[in-house]
Amino acid sequence: METNGTYPKLTEILRSVFDDDTLVASPTLAVKDVPNWDSLRTIRLVLTIEKTYGVRFSASEIVELHNVGDLARLIENKL
Amino acid sequence: MGDGLYSRLAWLPHPPKDFVARCHAASRAGEEIGNQLRVLASCVLDQNQMVRLAKLQSDARAKGATLKPLVPFRLGILSNSTLDFIGTALVATALRYGIALEVVPGSYGQFYQDALTPHSPVNRAAPDAILLAIDHRGFPLQSSPGDLKATQSSVQSAVELLQSMRQAVKRNSKAVCILQTLAPPPETLFGSLDGILPGSFLQILNRINSGIAEAVFGTEDVVLDVAHLASTVGLANWHSPRDWNLGRFPFSDDILPLYADHVCRIIAALRGKSRRCLILDLDDTLWGGVIGDDGIEGIQIAQGDPTGEAFLAVQRLALDLRARGIVLAVCSKNEDANARLPFRSHPEMLLRESHIAIFQANWRDKPSNIKKIAGELSLGLESMVFLDDNPVERDAVRQALPEVAVPELPDDPSLYARTLSAAGYFESVVFSKEDIARADFYQDNARRVALQQESGDPESYLRSLDMQITFQSFDELGRARITQLINKSNQFNLTTRRYSESQIADIEHDPACFSRQIRLSDRFGDNGMISVVICREPSAGIWEIDTWLMSCRVLGRRVEDMVLRNLLEHARKRGIHTLRGIYIPTDRNSIVVNHYDRLGFTQPSQEEKQRRIYELDVASAAVPDAPMKMRCLCCESAPSQGFQMVVLTRQGSNL
Repeated sequence: METNGTYPKLTEILRSVFDDDTLVASPTLAVKDVPNWDSLRTIRLVLTIEKTYGVRFSASEIVELHNVGDLARLIENKL
Repeated sequence: MGDGLYSRLAWLPHPPKDFVARCHAASRAGEEIGNQLRVLASCVLDQNQMVRLAKLQSDARAKGATLKPLVPFRLGILSNSTLDFIGTALVATALRYGIALEVVPGSYGQFYQDALTPHSPVNRAAPDAILLAIDHRGFPLQSSPGDLKATQSSVQSAVELLQSMRQAVKRNSKAVCILQTLAPPPETLFGSLDGILPGSFLQILNRINSGIAEAVFGTEDVVLDVAHLASTVGLANWHSPRDWNLGRFPFSDDILPLYADHVCRIIAALRGKSRRCLILDLDDTLWGGVIGDDGIEGIQIAQGDPTGEAFLAVQRLALDLRARGIVLAVCSKNEDANARLPFRSHPEMLLRESHIAIFQANWRDKPSNIKKIAGELSLGLESMVFLDDNPVERDAVRQALPEVAVPELPDDPSLYARTLSAAGYFESVVFSKEDIARADFYQDNARRVALQQESGDPESYLRSLDMQITFQSFDELGRARITQLINKSNQFNLTTRRYSESQIADIEHDPACFSRQIRLSDRFGDNGMISVVICREPSAGIWEIDTWLMSCRVLGRRVEDMVLRNLLEHARKRGIHTLRGIYIPTDRNSIVVNHYDRLGFTQPSQEEKQRRIYELDVASAAVPDAPMKMRCLCCESAPSQGFQMVVLTRQGSNL
């Protein structure tokens, strides 16, 4: 578990995917908190994370994502 | 070997570290935004970078900012898959090709209805082209192992579906269709038997692909060979069951930049933006080693030697490109005599001096030499590709001349030829008789320039060329070349109006249009079709010159004088009293800024900013003449009376 390292990196990725430099990744940050976060945006976010970390998620894992905390746990389990 | 060369677009440089900052700078760059976006897009882009660039472009467009020199292009897409990511990727990638792309997506899952309904959003948008991005999941296909009849009917119904979409598109929007071949999924049923068993899914798809090829070849529509592209990167890499299930993405996300690049190559080719000249460095690019140091015996360029064969492959590719009309030039830091030595006397060299149109071997900087080559060939820098193993030289050329394409090269020369080919700079949508002879044209031209320098006096030079000009109305035979000229001529082009092949066919048959296709030959060879004119008759007795363009190859030959002469002759015969000329300035056509003034036209009204209107009174106009023989084929088939100036000659027909 290296939750502390994951969040700064996720912040960077979120900002790049949403083109919004005010976003800060936190475990409770959820889809409804971010404008324009739709299902396509989730997919783009996941694809970016896959490339950044060199990991691969299954479709069901992606569908189950609800907030950034879920995402961080998923990444950490793969590393 | 070559792993990721294609999918990572390894011929493109990496984006600058401050990519985001440069994007911000571009958004504040005013009139420079078009150029800056193009430079930014000329790197390998990830999806987020593509989104950023696409947004910059659409923001600029929404604000009404000029995107010049980017050329606008509207692309409709009809697909059975999700278009969101593809649309964005295409807009960003098109910038790389100097195109401001607007994507008009069809409704999800309704590609057939969208094509057939005249008022569907895609048809209504009057796109320049429509991409039929339909994969194997878009057709009702059933594998039927061993059943030849069922196979044939599957194949036929799929091809007919596409054909009816094409016909509907022609009816409803006249757009060019870009059809995709189908990439077979990697999964087999029997194994290798699938490849030969009638009715296997693989066989069905292969036959549909053949059907698409047969249906499209020779028409104005074009094919994006997805099947080949997918097999190039590997079918298992192409098809991602997860991405399809997740969001109906037609292929793996990793492939998107490559796919987008291939679509944009075709769009660029449709707009005449394919590159036309390959400029080659010599040492360690065309042969191994340094000719100045290693000498003729020391350089590596031989069969049987792995390094030598790698360089032979580069030469073979250059020769093949030359055979299809790409001009070759050399730009090398070398003593001229040393640089020419292998071309003259190395027995294993494939390239010879006679293949090279311009040979620049000296110690000046490469950007200056490349500019000189472009000038001597009368080609724009946008037409140039520069191949050099030295990263410092590559960077210097990219910095000084961003319009020139300069591929990154891998460390291993074995991959040079493949990398150059993978970059797709010379993508072409047609191949005409003129193309075969093009490289020779340019070389002939270089010889004409030499003759001109000898004879000094331009008039006697022109006489010595022994030119013959031939006029003819548009016809089916000339249609492809006419369309090609209309879509790629930028410099000598008074209005820069672009027309598709079917629009040209309409003009051919329109009694209110008077059209000219013009050919020129001289003692160095046949220049082929070099000029196109379209006149429309907006009101009785007036010909408005909708289009007047000429290939820059024949600049300074007084072709335009003879064109006016031919127009006047026909105008008089048909009771036309006024020729109206229009000049629409672009950033490329300043060489014709005084075209109509020079020909004696006057401007009856105040100058407008976007265009100038000129008129010439047909009855009182002086009929120009130039030292060349003239043939008018329409006058030959219907012998004219009353206009005796038509000089006819039956010799040296070049048709």
